[in-house]
Amino acid sequence: MQLTHKKAPINIKAALTIATSALLGTLPVIANAADDTTTPAKAQQESSWDFESAFLYYSESDRVSAAEAVISAQKTFENEEVLNLKLTIDSLTGASATGAAAQPNVQTFTRPSGKGSYQTQAGKIPLDDTFKDTRVQLNAQWTQPLAENYTGSAGVHISKEYDYLSLGVNGNLAYDFNNKNSTFSVGLSYFQDTFEPEGGIPLAFASMPSAYDDDDDEYGNDEEGEDETVNSAGKAAFNATRRTDSDDKTTADIMFGFTQVINRRMITQFNYSYSKVDGYLNDPFKMLSLVNSEGIAQDYLYENRPDSRVKQSIFAQTKYHFEQNVIDISYRYMWDDWAIDSHTIDSRLRIPLSRNSYIEPHFRFYQQSAADFYQPFLAQSNAIPEFASADYRIGEMSAYTLGVKYGMKLSDGNDLSFRLEYYRQEPKNPGFQAPGALADVDLYESVDAIIAQVSYSF
Amino acid sequence: MKIFEVKKNYFNADLPSQIIKCSLLSAAIILASGCSSLGVQPWERDLLAKEEMALTSSAIDSALDDHIYFSKEASSGGKGFGGGGCGCN
Repeated sequence: MQLTHKKAPINIKAALTIATSALLGTLPVIANAADDTTTPAKAQQESSWDFESAFLYYSESDRVSAAEAVISAQKTFENEEVLNLKLTIDSLTGASATGAAAQPNVQTFTRPSGKGSYQTQAGKIPLDDTFKDTRVQLNAQWTQPLAENYTGSAGVHISKEYDYLSLGVNGNLAYDFNNKNSTFSVGLSYFQDTFEPEGGIPLAFASMPSAYDDDDDEYGNDEEGEDETVNSAGKAAFNATRRTDSDDKTTADIMFGFTQVINRRMITQFNYSYSKVDGYLNDPFKMLSLVNSEGIAQDYLYENRPDSRVKQSIFAQTKYHFEQNVIDISYRYMWDDWAIDSHTIDSRLRIPLSRNSYIEPHFRFYQQSAADFYQPFLAQSNAIPEFASADYRIGEMSAYTLGVKYGMKLSDGNDLSFRLEYYRQEPKNPGFQAPGALADVDLYESVDAIIAQVSYSF
Repeated sequence: MKIFEVKKNYFNADLPSQIIKCSLLSAAIILASGCSSLGVQPWERDLLAKEEMALTSSAIDSALDDHIYFSKEASSGGKGFGGGGCGCN
């Protein structure tokens, strides 16, 4: 909690406060000191909004890059009720791995829309470069004391992108005991997502159709080209590989948490989470190469995953305050019914540099095993399995993040920080024999990314 | 005897994860049962009350990180909800 008196910064905060208040149909509350026994610090809090903003840039070498902007507004009302509103906007461009394997020859792929195609050079992992999306997300969360030692919280989430809509609600109840040194909490969350991908939803293991309109403009709308008959036949062939235009997914989560103050310098937290996901869990843009005994691709088939997934996780975190520094270490073990299990270790050390600035190195290690239906390619000599995906994100992988954050308190009391991180993913072979030509190409290519972020609180 | 064999094999196959689950669970139970002797008096909260001692010291950083790793890895949540929210996975 920030109790320091802040000098109101120039126009931005005032403008945002008016905008937020107008949006909510309320006027900024002026603390009534006459019949209120609250401290001046609290009275000041009641009458103002606190804003946090951030801009993040994420970029993979040769692949996806994303820019994300967040603004969060928080206000504490009388009786310690807290309202938090958050707006997130992000934009994604670049190339994404399709799941198809690299080959010793040039490969041609149909774009997801069916309009046009693209080529992948020999020896290169096929990447679909038509990946672009803009997403807008809104969150609202209300937290308030319900009774002595009980705190309740409820929130809503809406996220919309070109081909995806996600609606979510959550609720949380926390009980403090043992002189507020211990807290039990239980939380529920439910998401309803609708996916309406470009080009529709492909049938499981359907062959990638040919492009029916040789127009490189993915979003071009000249469907009535000069060669209408060829196009309509091509479009019919394309549509024959599609099941429907849109499909749904639901996610229900329950989480139990326990927080314990150990001593004046140390606090710990333990969580158990159970998550059930049902519905359309495929990635409609991902496929698998169907290869012959020489490892040469004969066809490309759309992936198929089970329509449900149960994930569970245990999370433990400890924070310890040394004389000056603060260390934050957490561990998560996750396992699911797709046979994926993962270990995540995350650690940060906050080192004060002066009264008003600090530096915080960050290290994260992640390791996961492959889903039981993960395979980097399909072999013609084998029967098509019930489920298969070559998406490296559900394959065996280890990853690490190395980063540093520098933060400072400005003379007007506002916080400014910079974060720079390096993230590397190293997919691994979970034990597949690569036939012929596939033995000479990289089926498990590493991905390197840079994360840069600027944050400003006012 | 047959049933015993099957169970034994099942346990062995999952041994590392079982050990982790059991030890984490035991740690949680021990902490929970011993918690009444842990903790501080209200006037000893000077360090714990600092912003940097909050379990989530930057909610925005956490949300941005969750979004990145949710879309790039097969795991999500744990600290908070790992639900849906975007078409990135």
